[in-house]
Amino acid sequence: MSEMAMHGAHPPGFKHQFEDMEQQREAGSLGMWVFLVTEIMFFGGLFATYIIYRTLYLTAFEEGSRLLNVKFGAANTAVLIGSSLTMALAIHAAQAGKKKSEQVMYLVLTMILGALFLFLKFNYEWRADYHEHLIPGFGFIIRPEWGAAGTHVPLYFCFYFFMTGLHAMHMIIGFGILGTLTVMAQRNRFNSEYYAPLEVSGLYWHFVDIVWIFLFPLLYLIGGRFALPGVH
Amino acid sequence: MSGHVVPVKTYLGIFVALLALTALTTGVAFVDFGELHTGIGLVDVIPLNTVVALTIALVKMLLVILFFMHVKYSSGLTKIVVMTGFLFLAILVSFTLADELTRGWSPEAGGWNTALPAILPLIRGLC
Repeated sequence: MSEMAMHGAHPPGFKHQFEDMEQQREAGSLGMWVFLVTEIMFFGGLFATYIIYRTLYLTAFEEGSRLLNVKFGAANTAVLIGSSLTMALAIHAAQAGKKKSEQVMYLVLTMILGALFLFLKFNYEWRADYHEHLIPGFGFIIRPEWGAAGTHVPLYFCFYFFMTGLHAMHMIIGFGILGTLTVMAQRNRFNSEYYAPLEVSGLYWHFVDIVWIFLFPLLYLIGGRFALPGVH
Repeated sequence: MSGHVVPVKTYLGIFVALLALTALTTGVAFVDFGELHTGIGLVDVIPLNTVVALTIALVKMLLVILFFMHVKYSSGLTKIVVMTGFLFLAILVSFTLADELTRGWSPEAGGWNTALPAILPLIRGLC
């Protein structure tokens, strides 16, 4: 490969500054990971704030988490994991030199599953929260059964909407990326030698999946779903 | 020369494992594991359900990072960069908690707030 580079006969997508395709791939992934590290810290600030307020107002956070619909939360986790699988398979299709139609199919499937996630979240969960007066700033009603913890339940819902909202925003950005990739795949831009845009976009999509993997237990499960003996 | 190609079978296996762990973490949320009492101020009560849920989430994250994100097959340099991200997150969380949880340990009777008027002239002098 380095011989090919020296003589100027490049595989498509090969950039001159690299020794060979392997180094170019490695540099691409590394660069994306550096960006994802900043994303870890971006979400990390929110997670750290959540951890502190959960420590301070544990009862309120547990009350709040039990008000979410755990069925939708679990279903959405499965949907997002499915979209991660189809994303990985889209990259695999390019790596294994499969036809462009297979790459396009997996990319479109990824977008469909992503859209299903947002549809369930916005149309069912957030809508129900609105009707149950659980959105701070939009007629939030503190219920008497929450007791002394009640005043801090809106704080939990601020975290809920901000964290899931920021996550949803990342997914919407992901649609833009996936749409671009679909067009590129349709134009035969990827092959078994060059598929860097697929690889780094996949890293982004999986990262968004990981954020949800933690949001699910932190938002839906911390209060437990069992009947509490003699509490409240 | 096309990087490390992970077999489809591996991806499907990881997918099934992730779904199983999602079902598991949802299922155990309906079981009461009780609480751990540490006797340390604000972290006196640790609900064990939270510990179980986060442990499962951690396993799921590792599966996604190692296989879906190909870190298992990446260079040592990439692995170090990935770990650095989580190291700095750990520093952020642990140092912030160390501050927040020890606020009550101030030698001043009313916390650090009572000490503030004494040092205010000093701060003003510096500005």
